[in-house]
Amino acid sequence: MTPGLAVTGATYRYSRTGRPVLRDVDLNIEPGRVLGVAGANDAGKTTLCLVASGMAPAVVGGRLEGSVRIDGVDAAGLAPFELAQRCGLLLQNASTQLTHTTATVFEEVAFGPCNLGLAGGEVVERVWWALRAVGIEGLAPRDPAKLSGGQAQLVALAAVLALRPIYLILDEPTTELDPAGTALVADALVRTARETGAGILLVEHKTEVLARIADEMVILDGGSIVLAGPAADVLANPRLPDLGVEPPVRVRLERDLRAASIEVSAALREALA
Amino acid sequence: MTAPTIEFDGVSFAYSDGTRALDGITRRIEPGQTVAIVGQNGSGKSTLVKHLNGLLRPTEGRVLLDGADIAKVHVAKLAARVGLAFQDPDRQLFAGRVSAEMAFGPRNLGMRGAELSGHVRTALEAVGLAAEADANPYDLGYSRRKLLALASVLAMGTPILIFDEPTTGQDSRGVAAVRAVVAGAAAEGRTVIAVSHDMRFAAECFSRILVMRDGRVVLDGPPEVVFGEASWPELRATYLEPPLPAVAGARLGLGATPTEASLVAALAPARVAKRVATGAGATHVAPRAATNAPTARNG
Repeated sequence: MTPGLAVTGATYRYSRTGRPVLRDVDLNIEPGRVLGVAGANDAGKTTLCLVASGMAPAVVGGRLEGSVRIDGVDAAGLAPFELAQRCGLLLQNASTQLTHTTATVFEEVAFGPCNLGLAGGEVVERVWWALRAVGIEGLAPRDPAKLSGGQAQLVALAAVLALRPIYLILDEPTTELDPAGTALVADALVRTARETGAGILLVEHKTEVLARIADEMVILDGGSIVLAGPAADVLANPRLPDLGVEPPVRVRLERDLRAASIEVSAALREALA
Repeated sequence: MTAPTIEFDGVSFAYSDGTRALDGITRRIEPGQTVAIVGQNGSGKSTLVKHLNGLLRPTEGRVLLDGADIAKVHVAKLAARVGLAFQDPDRQLFAGRVSAEMAFGPRNLGMRGAELSGHVRTALEAVGLAAEADANPYDLGYSRRKLLALASVLAMGTPILIFDEPTTGQDSRGVAAVRAVVAGAAAEGRTVIAVSHDMRFAAECFSRILVMRDGRVVLDGPPEVVFGEASWPELRATYLEPPLPAVAGARLGLGATPTEASLVAALAPARVAKRVATGAGATHVAPRAATNAPTARNG
């Protein structure tokens, strides 16, 4: 058995629609590595997150052909609490993910580990670790209902990290974050992958973030994977704009300089570094 | 369309838990200006714009439209002049159909019949959702719900438009639609204010940028100034990085190049000069770069 979260031949339909939203998708989230996913709106990115995490069809319903195997175990045979310990899922809109039942951010992040039945000391340790990982120790006593959009997103991410899942599936975790928060999350994710060996699937429109931390990448279009490979190669592919993906700034600038017949000199290359 | 002048006159605001979100803001925004407000999460950007349509009232100070204190204006009257698209579309959308969602605002402003349907259609087309008029908003993905929230505000035809983080979560086509909406509204003389974390969007689509930190405005000016080298210490104190073209332009001694187009344009003459110096001649100046520069920004 190869370790990893393997999605094989996945074709998925939501219950009310006949048309598949994912078509014959193959990918593998490897331990300790970051797999970036990008694509236009409605390319199937969020559905991929639901399928890869086992939420679809188990919770969402619908029909899945193909398989999702987590370290060799078929996700279809796992109970939700078993899935949750193997694979953490962060939804796109953080406010839909928070429990809305806790008085403080600390309790919000502790909610998951408590439900795993962990000892009190272990819960406390994990909560502080997760809060520190995303740089929000200071929010611990705050009311989760009174956070800004970006703060709520960081709390939701910390709550998933505190479960210490082996695989992490993140649907645009930096959407509401300022540039500093985005950099913080990017660094926290890559550190989590390298230090804990977690495998991460990261859906992200910000190709600057993918350029910085993704090892491999896939591009989805119409529910199918249309580009796959090392992140740097995929991000330099000239088809990206046609696929609804904005290339990173350096790729754009090099393209525009070429189009204007301006030579990229060593000094210019250094200035863009 | 003539938009009213906006004035913040010593505006401070504290939330009920004591958090002081705005600290004595005094600014004037001229009719038809395009203004991007940037700053860290929690710096007061959204709080500031919520003062413009009466969602929040200042704890101290006044907000004026054409010199009149809006505290004395009923929220329903204010809605005809100031349209605000929320950061989180799910706090805004409520109807079961896209067309009903879209018609709600303009109908409340008194539009009926062909005028109403025309406004709705134009706004849906502007964000690329014309084919979704009969869909349920909650069958659309998050990014398209966000575009719908923006379109439903656009359809109201208010002279002042405020977009809170309009480009977040959008793919490149969605971002292009938002940029076109900003440019189109500006061309009609509407005032456009956007809260954004997207420095490229701010630099390329707005004529003025306000940088906020801890409830205050710490930088205010056109992109060339706000992203110019002299502003970098203040930007970095606000945990913002100048856009890469600005940094590259400064490193190469090309002056202020806040946008990619301005950097490419600034590099073009350097190339010509080099060709002249090496005797290669300067027969073709990169025309694309040169013509890109003035069109990249509006306002």
